[in-house]
Amino acid sequence: METKVQGSNTFLQEICAIPGGEGIRLCIQCGTCSASCPNVNRMDYTPRQLFAMARAGMREEVLSSNSMWFCLSCYLCTVRCPRGIKVTDLMHALDCLAVQQRLSSGRTYTPTMYRSFSDFVYSIGSVPEMSFMIWFYLLTNPLRAMKMMPMALSLLKHGRLSARARRLKPEAERQFKAILDKAESLGGIR
Amino acid sequence: MRYYTYFPGCSASHGGAKAYDWSAQAVAKALEVELIELDDWNCCGSTPYTSVDELASYCVSARNLALAEKRGLDLVTPCSACYVILNRTNSAFREYPALRAKVNEALAAGDLEYHGTVNVRHLLDVFANDIGCEEIASRVKGDLGGLKVAPYYGCQVVRPSPGFDHPESPESLDRLIKSLGAEATPFPLKTRCCGGSLVISEENVALELAHKLLDSASSNGAECIATVCPLCQTNLDVYQSRINKKFKTSFNLPVLFFTQLMGIAFGIDRRSLGFEKCIVSPKEVLAGYIER
Repeated sequence: METKVQGSNTFLQEICAIPGGEGIRLCIQCGTCSASCPNVNRMDYTPRQLFAMARAGMREEVLSSNSMWFCLSCYLCTVRCPRGIKVTDLMHALDCLAVQQRLSSGRTYTPTMYRSFSDFVYSIGSVPEMSFMIWFYLLTNPLRAMKMMPMALSLLKHGRLSARARRLKPEAERQFKAILDKAESLGGIR
Repeated sequence: MRYYTYFPGCSASHGGAKAYDWSAQAVAKALEVELIELDDWNCCGSTPYTSVDELASYCVSARNLALAEKRGLDLVTPCSACYVILNRTNSAFREYPALRAKVNEALAAGDLEYHGTVNVRHLLDVFANDIGCEEIASRVKGDLGGLKVAPYYGCQVVRPSPGFDHPESPESLDRLIKSLGAEATPFPLKTRCCGGSLVISEENVALELAHKLLDSASSNGAECIATVCPLCQTNLDVYQSRINKKFKTSFNLPVLFFTQLMGIAFGIDRRSLGFEKCIVSPKEVLAGYIER
């Protein structure tokens, strides 16, 4: 299905090259996704608007918006879309493009939170909750870490905050790293 | 005896949701289900990885699937986030041959290959459908008669479809709760989002969503909430005091893993069910049901 000046709209082609992204061509602008989204009121543009803008080739406006970072991955839009578009996956595809092209919104901490999380996964293959939270607060707003102290203490008291990270056996960790390094050398999804 | 490969996920194995892993193991044993932990599994990558680097995120979860494939058993996880992410890789493997080739090229660097054959299951699905509510009811030693439980599914255990239950009005947890003798209260928001990991980066946004859930559960008469996901449990339990402060409410709703409720009904020693890890104490609500 052709929707727009294909060939000149490289942004649309980039989106379509990501699994789940190609569905954007099928959008009929009915707005079911926007009406279903629990976080739509926080977004610069509703999902429906965002997809129309992307199809119009508005790369900067789309990728620097906060919209996809407010996606909760609850998949309500995905199960309701009458065109079978994987809307949640499409939002994640836009997240990734924003990260790659260094356009992610500075008006939400979510990109940094996601990055802190994936950095832990990449380095040790697991996410130690306490270290991840501390790292995230240091990167964003160390003062907020202070406000979280009562909660952290209560978690400690209930034995729910462990400083010890789960580690893979050394050979498994090497295997994991080798796979991810290879993935990186393959240059992303396209 | 039934055998499954078990993928506990970071939260249940080493994080804040150990009570989920403990109670799941204890209940499984009582039901003659053997959960054999996958050796050297890694984090599934969760939503954050899929939003940062697509290819790497598929490789992260595919390593687990490739390891599980060698075992040839269904892969069961108690965590809804792990469930959704591992299944996402499975469906991408079916639908996108080019991606599949690329992921396998990366896996080859670790001497692994994934053929896309692992059946990924959620623990709720295994208990409610493989074991079944009749069998569960037959194991009940002290029924939970009178306990009013809000069945909270959250998003990712039922979506995206097709899954093992209806994506917006599922019933399996309701049935399971009833098979324990407890009452599953009406819960219109049972598949609405708890705020997920945005509770870390956008706390106000997440608290608003979690507040609606507590409000709905409480106004429908629930005495406690049953969850099937470590993150849902955290947002509703750990953040409940912050929700109360922000919305000037006084919710005091214990948030339990569904396996903890099964454990009490089965008469399993409460010390192996991890109730002391609940921030909102379930002591009062469960007083009549737990042997002292």
